[in-house]
Amino acid sequence: MSSDPAHTPPPAHGSAPPPGLGPEAQVMVGNADLFVNWARKSSLWYLLFATACCGIELMQAGASRYDMDRFGAVFRATPRQADLMLVAGTITHKMAERVKRLYDQMPEPKYVIAMGSCANTGGPFYKDSYCVVKGVDLIIPVDVYIPGCPPRPEALIDGIMKLQKIIMKRKNYGAKA
Amino acid sequence: MEAQAIFDTLKGKFGDAVVELQSEGFSPAFVVVAPAAVKEVSRFLKEDPDLSFDVLMCLSGVDYKEKFAVAYHLHSLKHRHAIGLKVMLPRENPSLPTVDDVWPAANFQEREAFDLYGIVFEGSKDLRRILLPEDWEGHPLRKDYKYPDSYHGIKV
Repeated sequence: MSSDPAHTPPPAHGSAPPPGLGPEAQVMVGNADLFVNWARKSSLWYLLFATACCGIELMQAGASRYDMDRFGAVFRATPRQADLMLVAGTITHKMAERVKRLYDQMPEPKYVIAMGSCANTGGPFYKDSYCVVKGVDLIIPVDVYIPGCPPRPEALIDGIMKLQKIIMKRKNYGAKA
Repeated sequence: MEAQAIFDTLKGKFGDAVVELQSEGFSPAFVVVAPAAVKEVSRFLKEDPDLSFDVLMCLSGVDYKEKFAVAYHLHSLKHRHAIGLKVMLPRENPSLPTVDDVWPAANFQEREAFDLYGIVFEGSKDLRRILLPEDWEGHPLRKDYKYPDSYHGIKV
């Protein structure tokens, strides 16, 4: 029978769709990792969370002039719906336990960007401070560090694009190395 | 009213409880008061119609190494004048009466002085740490404070 798919040569690109499907149907073949990673990097929802002046730059980066929504990054007010924690600001020892708890409440896969000098190393509070945590990587694992005090929104967007590159390299399926 | 006139008024009312006037290098000048009398002096400064210091602008702890002090900055919206009160305290067990029933705003600032200097305000309605975690050990703005190695497993 001429309608048996086994005997029908595959249609060339741009030709008529397979029988039984409408003219808008297209078939995409690719590996699943690529597709899943692309979906994840294009919808990086970040936790609405800021502890110091870096938070002002974070708000600015999310607002209309810099518009992080272009990259699929929008804020979520709950860790349950967030993929990314942007640690924007100084973390004190009193705050550290709350940061850890928020991180633990986020679903996998989850990522952390340390934004600004305070979150990277303690920044201006590195020496002679009894209350500031000297880098948020003492509490939670960090994927991307953004220098600056505070970093400009361009730097933050650059950090998010770096994180997108990291996500695209992720292996979700197949044999584990 | 000028600082000297305020000092004379207080000296006439409270006698030896008002120790001295520190006007060199201070603006406003400081009236040094004995610790036990600080509440009565404060109430008089607030309620006397010629003084009527209705705003406690700032309450600070001070570490002079050999002793502690608590400094009060007062302002009168009615008369547009200002004065400082200062109370000297011993290094061991520094404590003095609270003024949070005279100026309710004193409560948070007394808690800060308690948190960072360990100065006890007797009779306070709520004397707890305000900035540091409740299980923090020591009072970090004291000049002889020793930093801990870690807090809850995180390096300090």
